[in-house]
Amino acid sequence: MVSKKLQRVDFIFDCAGCEPIEVVKKALKMTREEVVSSIIESGLKGRGGAGFPTGMKWKFAKDEVADTKYVICNADEGEPGTFKDREILDVVPNKVLSGMAICAYAIGSKEGIIYLRGEYNFLLKKLNAQIDEFNNSLSKIGLDFAVSIRSGSGAYICGEETALFESMEGRRGEPRNKPPFPTKSGYNGKPTVINNVETLVYTAMIINMGVDEFKAVGTMDSRGSKVFSVSGDTPKAGIHELELGLNVADFVEEFGDGDTKAVQVGGASGHCVPRKLFKETIIGFEGIPTGGSMMIFNSTRSMFNVLNDYLEFFAEESCGQCTPCRIGTQQLIKGIEHVKKGQMPSEYLDQLIKLTETMKIASKCGLGQSVANSFSSIVTNFREEMIY
Amino acid sequence: MADTEKLVEQLVSKHGKTRNSLLPVLQGVVQEEHFLSDTAMIAIAKALNLSSADVYGTASFYTFLETEPRGENIIRVCKTITCKMKGKQRVIEAIENHLKIKEGETSRNKKFTLLAANCLGWCHKGPVMLVNDDVYPHVDPDQIVNILDKYC
Repeated sequence: MVSKKLQRVDFIFDCAGCEPIEVVKKALKMTREEVVSSIIESGLKGRGGAGFPTGMKWKFAKDEVADTKYVICNADEGEPGTFKDREILDVVPNKVLSGMAICAYAIGSKEGIIYLRGEYNFLLKKLNAQIDEFNNSLSKIGLDFAVSIRSGSGAYICGEETALFESMEGRRGEPRNKPPFPTKSGYNGKPTVINNVETLVYTAMIINMGVDEFKAVGTMDSRGSKVFSVSGDTPKAGIHELELGLNVADFVEEFGDGDTKAVQVGGASGHCVPRKLFKETIIGFEGIPTGGSMMIFNSTRSMFNVLNDYLEFFAEESCGQCTPCRIGTQQLIKGIEHVKKGQMPSEYLDQLIKLTETMKIASKCGLGQSVANSFSSIVTNFREEMIY
Repeated sequence: MADTEKLVEQLVSKHGKTRNSLLPVLQGVVQEEHFLSDTAMIAIAKALNLSSADVYGTASFYTFLETEPRGENIIRVCKTITCKMKGKQRVIEAIENHLKIKEGETSRNKKFTLLAANCLGWCHKGPVMLVNDDVYPHVDPDQIVNILDKYC
């Protein structure tokens, strides 16, 4: 795989000439089919981390026959290391709203809802004002669609789309069994498109700039650019929109502190890349996909502590519904502690990796399934740090 | 009618008498009364035609829906990895020393409760803390007294 060279892209934050309501008008001049096929052709994959093709999601919802359909913006960003959606909602909320409106037109929805994580409540006042103004603009251009906002209450799991629906329906945020998928039966049992904040902005950008310009950036598997949240041991912590497909070595050259030992790509549920693998690891769907989190660790950091921190996070945020996740996360914490204290031999780490593999197969949702990523990558690459 | 029941009635009429309104109603009570008392949860259950066990079961799931009495102002210090790397422990200690409480406790004058929180979404500006909905990025332990004084 050839790495793309680091290239800054300004599609989202510095897009000149893309007044959001004008972009919606542009979409309204197209047929619904043309809008959906443009998003499919662009190759845009969901920017929340899972990477499902956005256009296909829209197509499935469009093809459903129902009296009510919903467009939901998933703004329950809670992955440690990720803060891009907050920045997007703060700086360019209208572009998120225009993405929702374009989706609504494409699938035939009249109601949109932003599910905003409770930790971002400070954005509510500003967002509500923007939403009122935007809804008015939509009615002026003849699109029968209105957006409202719902506030979360501090549960990481509600970023999982079906747990988010449960929460909006007044229940514990526990994931549902799939199928049925949300495009068939989502919020209130109705066909629902649920997209991440950043994904919605890109749909509007694609309609505005055209498919070809979007496709010209990134790689075959990872089209376009991506907003990265960079944190940890870096002098350049913050938000950076970069072309997809660069390798970790080029990333570290730009963002590292000169002493970078590891990069956690994709937050606590992502993979930890050690220095020896920087060059061969591509950031994108052909390598390691990420919702945006890039945590940089220099040589002074204990990877045991890093792993322990991630595991505590998962154990606390597990919804507790399914046993592999509820019990597995607790056992992993105890397990690495036993090895660190010399109460279990280092071979026990291999048993723990097998436990994460079981969790991957048997857990109901992404939380329990993704623990294996950080666990096995840290234990494998920094095994000596796990042992007493 | 007691104040709590009046509040619940107002919130239900604002958000609608459906199960979908449960979280906004619970959030509204927490905003006004700082926690969800048994009285509030029973009133909500009655108003939305749910069992009180159902209401408690939902409320207890969410971190921000406090079911134990809390102070007027809730301080949440991010304890996740990057904030830890940037010195969240010093921030917690500064708050503990100033308020004479430990993490998880409420000050004697009931003004503040100190809690540790999972990722607050400011990993590039750690350590970070929330006081109610107000964000304090790059918080310096030396600033703690001044910050908290604003809420007294």
